[in-house]
Amino acid sequence: MTRKQKRLSVIAGALCFLGAATALTFVALGQKASYFYMPADLKAASVEPGQRIRLGGLVENGSIVHGKGAEVMFGVTDNKDTVKVTYTGILPDLFREGQGVVTEGSFRPDGTFVADSVLAKHDERYMPKEVAEGLKAKGVWQPD
Amino acid sequence: MVETGHFALVLAFAMALVQSVVPIAGARTGDERLMAIGTPAAVTGFLLTALSFAALVTAYVQSDFSVANVWENSHSLQPLIYKITGTWGNHEGSMLLWVLILTLFGCLVALFGGNLPPTLKATVLSVQGWIGAAFFLFILATSNPFVRLNPAPIEGRELNPVLQDLGLAIHPPLLYLGYVGFSISFSFAVAALIEGRIDAAWARWVRPWTLLAWLCLTGGISMGSYWAYYELGWGGFWFWDPVENASFMPWLAGTALLHSAIVMEKRSALKIWTILLAILTFSFSLLGTFLVRSGVLTSVHAFATDPSRGIFILCILTLFIGGSFALFAFRAQTLAAGGLFHPISREGALVLNNLFLTTAAATVLVGTLYPLVIEALTRDRISVGAPFFELTFVPVMVPLLLAVPFGPMLAWKRGDLYAAGQRLFAAFSLALLAGIGVLLFIDRTAVFAALGIGLAAWLLLGAATDLVLRSGIGSVPAHVVWRRVVGLPRSVFGTALAHMGLGLTLLGIVSVNTFQGEKIVAMNPGDNIAVSGYALHFEGMKAAEGPNYSENRGVFDVTAPDGRSLGTISSAKRFFPARQMPTTESGIRTFGLGQLYVSLGDPDASGAMVVRAWWKPLVVLIWMGGVVMMLGAAVSLLDRRLRVGAPSRRRKPVPKLADSSS
Repeated sequence: MTRKQKRLSVIAGALCFLGAATALTFVALGQKASYFYMPADLKAASVEPGQRIRLGGLVENGSIVHGKGAEVMFGVTDNKDTVKVTYTGILPDLFREGQGVVTEGSFRPDGTFVADSVLAKHDERYMPKEVAEGLKAKGVWQPD
Repeated sequence: MVETGHFALVLAFAMALVQSVVPIAGARTGDERLMAIGTPAAVTGFLLTALSFAALVTAYVQSDFSVANVWENSHSLQPLIYKITGTWGNHEGSMLLWVLILTLFGCLVALFGGNLPPTLKATVLSVQGWIGAAFFLFILATSNPFVRLNPAPIEGRELNPVLQDLGLAIHPPLLYLGYVGFSISFSFAVAALIEGRIDAAWARWVRPWTLLAWLCLTGGISMGSYWAYYELGWGGFWFWDPVENASFMPWLAGTALLHSAIVMEKRSALKIWTILLAILTFSFSLLGTFLVRSGVLTSVHAFATDPSRGIFILCILTLFIGGSFALFAFRAQTLAAGGLFHPISREGALVLNNLFLTTAAATVLVGTLYPLVIEALTRDRISVGAPFFELTFVPVMVPLLLAVPFGPMLAWKRGDLYAAGQRLFAAFSLALLAGIGVLLFIDRTAVFAALGIGLAAWLLLGAATDLVLRSGIGSVPAHVVWRRVVGLPRSVFGTALAHMGLGLTLLGIVSVNTFQGEKIVAMNPGDNIAVSGYALHFEGMKAAEGPNYSENRGVFDVTAPDGRSLGTISSAKRFFPARQMPTTESGIRTFGLGQLYVSLGDPDASGAMVVRAWWKPLVVLIWMGGVVMMLGAAVSLLDRRLRVGAPSRRRKPVPKLADSSS
């Protein structure tokens, strides 16, 4: 091989690698990004059972029920619609009724949302950003 | 004192303006007196910033609640250490720490850069001055920590309890030393572009600073990871959270920069690429600062959201990244291209390293920014989490890690891959055995774990092989080995240590992800559970009072798999009345290289405590690997060739017996 051919083969190899990485990124973005919904958005959106989404809103007042063991059920509401969520594990420290929460998981065929992670805010002052913006957009935001 | 701090900050801003204009004007016109102003300006700027910072710390220590920042983030009952660390546990204070470290680095260049060419030094200090001036203006205009309250409140609102931990004393300063340390390589790169001249000596001056910044950033990221692991109570060590990514991208780019600077120093090749990487690395640091400080992300790190700050930082970001890339586009071709090399060579291996690391950084960048872009374009809110990065980042990194042991084995200019393969044959066979051993003796289904552990062993043994071959262990008499070891450049040990650290971290990650045991159960006092052979007996809850909190502590007796008693482990729920905020203190006990981790939840319907317990085998290696990498960087930094302050000294002629193949 001449020097030119060598250089070309190196550049071609690098481009192939970059191409593969780009393709992988697009595939991963298509498959692995999870969308954020508030309960009232779910009617318009077609979310299949089993599809991974993030569901956010306020923890409905009086809805927290501790089940057997570490199982806990609660409602997530945006003051228009409410979704029942079940979660097995330890709730975050700042998880409280009437407070903002973001859960991640998927719907079971029977319509309950099974969350595998629950995030509350980190500080008593701030709401999860998506929840605050979603509530503002729906006109039910009450600054504290 | 508070006003003194404020005035000092304003003066430091003025000093940064002087530093921005005068030395570079001197460098352009060849006026030595103007150039000489750079050094005192940088030193004074640092002293003024330090005074300002000290004033804020004093206000915190004295619990001076007439200062709004202290009122919002401190409490008179807080332990002294958290009063002090609280200084940077908030937006304004952390930005002050940011500029303090920036001016510190500027000051160090001014003091230790005596043997730099005067025009280069003057230009570098001016570029540092530009960054400093922009951030001083940002602090004074949008984030002044010295704003007073009138009337002064009697009691403060307390530091966020999550931050009341020793981690806050170490993680942010170390991380900022890394982030901001890359500003030096940036300034050197911009100065080289302005001067239109760059040579191997340039790389020799830049490399120690890059190495120092990289050392600190590695420490900052490891420390942050360990802090999140024990403080958040989720038992995870890395969440692919945008803010973690923000610190990880400069690390990846900085690692690439470290390697390409070697090529530039030794072979005068890759000049333009190295300059580009230096700009890119600091751009990632600025991007990280923007992501964390602007409030576009929700995170533990986003202290407060104020749109004016976001826009201001975005302007700084655009100015510096856009400006430096424009300068690069105009001036890069003026830099002469350097030595040629064969694709299979040390240079070739380092180019491969750069290709993979920058691609890895790009995938992290896409995953981090994609949700922001999508939200801006479509209003859809999406999140990109671990599954995305497992599908993109991991496949990019695996071939790189496979290639790592070959790098140091190849000769400069033209290497022999076959010979390198022969020398690595033993390491490869042992790594393969390690993988097969995992499949045979631990878990027959854990194919990915076997591959991961094989890869980790390959990294460890490959690095060890390099040291063994260079020192001649097993092939020459012991006293010759000793002489060779002494004669080897320290950077050889640094390389081997850093690569071993990588292997250790990988081993820890794979082991925890595959073999950890986890139990979530509701327990009453007297109940027993077993996790991975460790038996936990729940003794009950004990109430206690801390200085600024009350706690309810669950105590467990631990029994080892072989029946020995290992004492107790306890996890607590704390309540901080000042903020009306509960936190969880996880219980962690280290046995060997693994850890038993217990975290308390809320009582269930019948009043039993929900308990989450993990056995995390080899988890300690994740952070120990980081420490070993830091150690590697430190050893390299001690290499005579790179010692800060003596960069241009020639190496002594090496005695005949010593191996000088590096």
